Amino acid sequence: MNALTLPSPLRALLRAVLLALFAFAIFGPLLNLFLWAFAERWYFPSKLPLEYGLTFWYRVFQPRGNALASLGTSVWIAVLTVFLSLAVAVPAGYALARLKLPWRSAILLVFLLPQAVPNLPVYVNIAQVFYQIGLNGTIVGVVLVHASHGLVLAVWIASAAFASVDVSLEEAARNLGASAWTCFRTVTLPIAAPGLIASAIFVFLESLDEFTGTYFVGVPDVTTLPLLMFNASMGGNYQIASITALLLLIPSIGFMLVVERFLKADVLAMVGR
Amino acid sequence: MIATDRLKANPSYLSIEALTVAYGATRVLDRVSLGVERGEMIALLGSSGCGKTTLLRAIAGFVRPESGTIRVGGKDITHLPPEARETAMMFQSYALWPHMNVADNIAYGLRMRGWTKAAMAARVADMLKLLQLDGFGPRPVTQLSGGQRQRVALGRALAIDPHLLLLDEPMSNLDYKVRLELRHELRALQQRISITAVYVTHDREEALTLSDRIAVIDAGRIVQVGAPEEIFHRPTSAFVAGFMGADNAIDVTQRDDGTLLAAGGGPGARVRAHFRSDSARLETGSTPSSGPDLVLSGTIEQAVYIGQGYRYRVRTPGGDVWVHAPDRVPEGTPACVVVPRQAVLLFPPEPPDSATTSAMRPAA
Repeated sequence: MNALTLPSPLRALLRAVLLALFAFAIFGPLLNLFLWAFAERWYFPSKLPLEYGLTFWYRVFQPRGNALASLGTSVWIAVLTVFLSLAVAVPAGYALARLKLPWRSAILLVFLLPQAVPNLPVYVNIAQVFYQIGLNGTIVGVVLVHASHGLVLAVWIASAAFASVDVSLEEAARNLGASAWTCFRTVTLPIAAPGLIASAIFVFLESLDEFTGTYFVGVPDVTTLPLLMFNASMGGNYQIASITALLLLIPSIGFMLVVERFLKADVLAMVGR
Repeated sequence: MIATDRLKANPSYLSIEALTVAYGATRVLDRVSLGVERGEMIALLGSSGCGKTTLLRAIAGFVRPESGTIRVGGKDITHLPPEARETAMMFQSYALWPHMNVADNIAYGLRMRGWTKAAMAARVADMLKLLQLDGFGPRPVTQLSGGQRQRVALGRALAIDPHLLLLDEPMSNLDYKVRLELRHELRALQQRISITAVYVTHDREEALTLSDRIAVIDAGRIVQVGAPEEIFHRPTSAFVAGFMGADNAIDVTQRDDGTLLAAGGGPGARVRAHFRSDSARLETGSTPSSGPDLVLSGTIEQAVYIGQGYRYRVRTPGGDVWVHAPDRVPEGTPACVVVPRQAVLLFPPEPPDSATTSAMRPAA
């Protein structure tokens, strides 16, 4: 009897075990996070926390706790990053989608480069340059670093979103009296909007989670939530680290649900074209 | 030039002179000249890639011509941007904006012209009534059927009261039955509001039923312009004859007295005879006396049932010809194809190397 013809109860059992392993791999760390967020005391030999409570939540959310301040900084940086990325991605994406540029695919590839090169040496170099021109430790510096990452997603998705707008829709507008700009404003942009919103969300989440670049360029003056989490866990305060991690999860999960509705198949089909 | 002088003396409403359009080294339109009178519907007929759509897009301003002029009502619009031309185009895909409802689609051109809300609403209502779409205003265009979309696209184009209505194969995405219906509706509407219209199609039946005149285009040139009856019955070239359905082409001999013989049947000049398979008749009995008609004898190679009868491929010494007949005749039967003299269109014989009539010719 070979593996393919296992009797059905055995096959069901095998499937259940595999599923459980998968679930554990994915949700196990999350569960640990939850336990730590509500653990008051948890020492080495115990398998589970000795005491549960909300003391650390209180500490995180108290007015002089810096968790809320760094949450504010994180969101502010993410919003600025989104604006900067879209300011570049909308015209660039439109040009890449519409104009017959000779190096189209090469240009798209260039935007991928920051992802291909190992991050650490790049950020060390950026930090050095930023230090010389006084951008180290500033919000602007951090936003620039985040945008270099966010632009990949933004430009790729924006150009896909514009490519999925049929040219004849624009021609119809021009034909009925719209100038090139009015046509873009009233036809192209509204139709491409779902794709652009999706790319904005990706950039926002990417910025919110970003650690390495912020660490090299922002510290010590700019403290974002991931940096706070890092400091807390380095200091052995797993409760604070877990609570910040949970806070970071909220926008991620919320936006993922939204993105799923905005990114339609016709846009996805155009990615990288 | 005489032609130019005539145009200047009595200019057409839409007048195109020596228009040349090139994509890179390929000439898509080669010195095309055409006049369309006010209130006239002209069909641009040709196979795909012949340049008919390019001509339409040049009139709309989407294609920049290399040389030549386009005038509407005496005004040179050759170098105006599309939005300044007062032409309204109906696209093959309809190009309705999916983020707007029916009313907003129709009102778009009016909004661009700064109409008030009340005036726009009244105009949209008029259009919906004209196109029998009453009450469809608030519907999203994505929920309409093909025929309804086509009407909305027409309404959107007509709402601005354009100088020219440009139609780019607007029926090609519809079912055959809907197409027949809308064809007559469109023609009636065009005549009622007497709008000047240019209609691009590759469907000869559509061109014949819809238009006042037809311009047949082949390889970037207009090869014949005329009323549908004229184009159909008196094509001036073998290409037009073939395109208008004279699908049989065979070399024959013309004697000095004008009568026609199968090739090699006697002394005379070699000519190319074109005729429609439904204008010839199939004789399976004794060989009919020749008289003035063209008689081609051969054997039946293939029979195809076509509903009203059969379509036969008859192998003759000069080549295969198709003929329609009401009755079933078995393959292999010796038969004669008799073509009435007035149904035969004669053209000079084809030079041996010009098999590709409609292929793109190099720029002259």
